Amino acid sequence: MNSAPEQAVSLDQHSALEMPELDVDILGRRNEIIRDLRALVPGEGVISETSEMRVYESDGLTAYRQLPFVVVLPETVEQVSAVLRYCHKTGLKVVPRGAGTSLSGGALPLGDGVLLGLAKFNRILDIDYANRTATVQPGVTNLAITKAVEGRGFYYAPDPSSQIACTIGGNVAENSGGVHCLKYGLTTNNILGLQLVLITGEIINIGGKHLDSDGYDLLGLLTGSEGLLGVITEVTVRILREPETARAMIIGFPSSEDAGACVGSIIGAGIIAGGMEMMDRPAIHAADEFAQAGYPLDVEALLIVELDGPEAEVTDLIGRVEEIADANNASNVQVSQNEPERQKFWAGRKAAFPAIGRISPDYYCMDGTIPRHQLPKVLARMRELSEKYGLGVANVFHAGDGNLHPLIMYDSNVPGELEAAEDFGADILRLCVEVGGVLTGEHGVGVEKRDLMPEMFSETDLDHQQRVKCAFDADGLLNPGKVFPTLHRCAELGRIHIHGGKIPFPDIPRF
Amino acid sequence: MEKLKPRDEADCLEIVKWAVADKKPLEIVSGGTKRGYGRPVEAAALADVSGLSGISLYEPEELVMTARPGTPLAEIEKTLHANNQELAFEPADYSKIYGKRGGSATLGGILAGNISGPRRIKAGAARDHFLGLRAVSGRGEIFKAGGRVVKNVTGYDLCKILCGSWGTLAILTEVTVKVLPAGQRILTVIVSGLSDSDATNAMAAAMGSSFEVSGAAYIPADVSIKSATDGAIAAIRVEGTGPSVSYRAAGLAEMLKPAGDCRIEKTGDSRAFWRSVRDAEFFTEHRDRPLWRVSVAPMSGPDVVATLRGQADIRAVYDWAGGLVWIEFSSEAGDDAGAGIVRDAVRPHGGHATLVRADDGVRRKTDIFHPQDAALAGVTSRLKDGFDPERILNPGRMYRTV
Ligand SMILES: Cc1cc2nc3c(=O)[nH]c(=O)nc-3n(C[C@H](O)[C@H](O)[C@H](O)COP(=O)(O)OP(=O)(O)OC[C@H]3O[C@@H](n4cnc5c(N)ncnc54)[C@H](O)[C@@H]3O)c2cc1C
Repeated sequence: MNSAPEQAVSLDQHSALEMPELDVDILGRRNEIIRDLRALVPGEGVISETSEMRVYESDGLTAYRQLPFVVVLPETVEQVSAVLRYCHKTGLKVVPRGAGTSLSGGALPLGDGVLLGLAKFNRILDIDYANRTATVQPGVTNLAITKAVEGRGFYYAPDPSSQIACTIGGNVAENSGGVHCLKYGLTTNNILGLQLVLITGEIINIGGKHLDSDGYDLLGLLTGSEGLLGVITEVTVRILREPETARAMIIGFPSSEDAGACVGSIIGAGIIAGGMEMMDRPAIHAADEFAQAGYPLDVEALLIVELDGPEAEVTDLIGRVEEIADANNASNVQVSQNEPERQKFWAGRKAAFPAIGRISPDYYCMDGTIPRHQLPKVLARMRELSEKYGLGVANVFHAGDGNLHPLIMYDSNVPGELEAAEDFGADILRLCVEVGGVLTGEHGVGVEKRDLMPEMFSETDLDHQQRVKCAFDADGLLNPGKVFPTLHRCAELGRIHIHGGKIPFPDIPRF
Repeated sequence: MEKLKPRDEADCLEIVKWAVADKKPLEIVSGGTKRGYGRPVEAAALADVSGLSGISLYEPEELVMTARPGTPLAEIEKTLHANNQELAFEPADYSKIYGKRGGSATLGGILAGNISGPRRIKAGAARDHFLGLRAVSGRGEIFKAGGRVVKNVTGYDLCKILCGSWGTLAILTEVTVKVLPAGQRILTVIVSGLSDSDATNAMAAAMGSSFEVSGAAYIPADVSIKSATDGAIAAIRVEGTGPSVSYRAAGLAEMLKPAGDCRIEKTGDSRAFWRSVRDAEFFTEHRDRPLWRVSVAPMSGPDVVATLRGQADIRAVYDWAGGLVWIEFSSEAGDDAGAGIVRDAVRPHGGHATLVRADDGVRRKTDIFHPQDAALAGVTSRLKDGFDPERILNPGRMYRTV
């Protein structure tokens, strides 16, 4: 205990990321604060030893590290409420954390803030097949929900590749997706209720087993709010009956343009596939080598198209997709003949990130979304950027919904490469915005894309968002330094800049 | 009262600036079909935004459409239909329950109310299809949120909170929605003669099957409809392409046979039936009668109705597999249009009840939207402060002080 906290955000030999100024008063009161927190969360619930806090110093965006001020692991909603009330009163910052797989630094600790881990909230509370819902604590992993209901033929639809590890609380906070989003939606389309603890300690229940909000849609607002509005302590999700059959096709193309055009034609023909994923040559090779997925290696682009539903429908659609693929110059089509083969087709795609991790010392995963028809332009520009920065890039792409995951390969031991990778990444995201897309499709803004927000939003846009923050957390104690490039004080944001006395609009028609 | 008809976003901005400066509360209307939904707004001026009309972008292969919010739903649907696409949440037109002619609902009004039809249970609500917006907030500022792509977590999802905010936070000036391929064939499996709870069990079984049900409604025997005269019916809809639809309808009929008499209705009849469910057409005749829209867990629907039947003279129709219950009181509902007993009946189950139709006097005195506890009401009020601190946009439409 009592080891002095590191005073600055230490970033792996990294250009400085500006984080909120450390609160010297808080730093000076560390012993007292730890004692108070222990009284609220007794037993093993408070961790303050440097060596034990190390595991929390970064999330899935490992380039950024910061030792937390203190780690608190509550077990009950009453404890969460008491801790937050205490933090509110004391002016202590709080960073919520699930499994720490965020790729945008959303769970990056603060040197003067409590890292609030929800790992002990790992119980499934209720499964209701008749109403088709499951109510779980936020620390339950994504996959555990499906595991709990699959015996009865049900599943939880959003399936991020990190699903073995990531928690449903983190999924809600990031509005996570997966490879089946086009047909089954993101987290936001698959949850029905939340229990939320505000920074004041107040507990609110939003939604439940019923549909739609009667007041403002807080469920929708909270989803994707990256831990800035409150701490989620319970989640009710919608569970679905598994489709009768699912078959996957892998289709090779001589160019990414052809693959992109094929995706457009499939959707244009009115076919909404269960999943539609694309990989470029570097990704195909890495994934196949890693997972022996049986991908063709002599193609420039590969599509995985999954069709699900009744057997008759799936067979019919496979035939139609084959025709469309032919018309778009496909060089190679394989259709899974059984479940193990379908799993094998997916295994390569689902392991794409670690597969790249094997061929490159480090990689940096980007997450922009673009209007799909812009794909050829974006890929061409990306090739130019790759040359400019001297770094390789592999692309995996949720092709159905336009969500790109360029994986920039670099070596952090080579001076300057991390910075180059970051600059390259930022250029890609700017490009996404330029062609009508967005900075992040499913990984969140976090600290990573925070300073790029003005590429997409004006100051007025961002002020409207920040006032939402003010409605929940006026003192800015929850996860500060994330999402917003500059934090304005709520009092300042509240001012209105209009003055009376103007003669109104002689031109506007009356009726 | 000043009645203004802005032509574009710039006009909207000017109107709001004036309203803020002169503290003149505004009532915002578009098609005006749902003016009876919510508390009566006490406004100094009326802004009719139906002039902000027209589709500005439609890319069928990208499944996206951008339009100005005053665009009539009919125009949107016609354009989509030409490409075999639709708004999958099946927007409803409630005009007739207020005695108005149908057909003038606008996209903006649908989004502002988050109004979704029977397909809500499969395809999601209006809010799930709302991708991006431009708007003028009650601060007299233009802002945008979201985008034109489905996958987007860049900043807070302001589309969600504007959807269903009934014009109390901002005036929408441009909206982008996700569109989807339309099912080419519809079949409806009709199970007759079931009680409320047996029907709910049958609908739950259908929803829990892999037959991809896109509508599940129950019309008790005391509610008359034109298309069916055979007493109580549970109706289960499947949509999609030819062989798949036949297969799924047959599978459902087989599965539900033990529950009651089953028959399968063809596409044409099905369309008319589901339109009447969507628009709550069962309740268009007696417009003096209070009408409630109750959202509960599907299996709780019958219990709420049974409780109320024990206390009052009501008629009910179930949509969303039992999760959406329309409840019409006879004219003797009392001063509160039944609010007390409806909310008592809903409370043990969780969910909410909205008074959709009642005369102005009652609507002024009664909580139209479900009352919120102190913590939730605090958040609601602070959100309103953020967007509309002077309370000039549809003040009081949802809650007295919002
Ligand atoms: C190999 C790999 C593959 C991935 N694949 C995908 C993918 O396919 N799709 C996808 O969308 N994402 C993917 N991710 C990203 C990541 O897994 C998701 O963002 C996930 O939802 C994070 O969950 P977590 O429990 O790890 O949350 P954390 O990383 O711990 O936290 C994420 C954010 O949520 C907040 N938070 C966590 N719990 C709570 C809570 N209870 N209340 C309030 N706020 C909370 C945190 O403050 C933080 O801002 C991948 C990550 C990795 C490492």
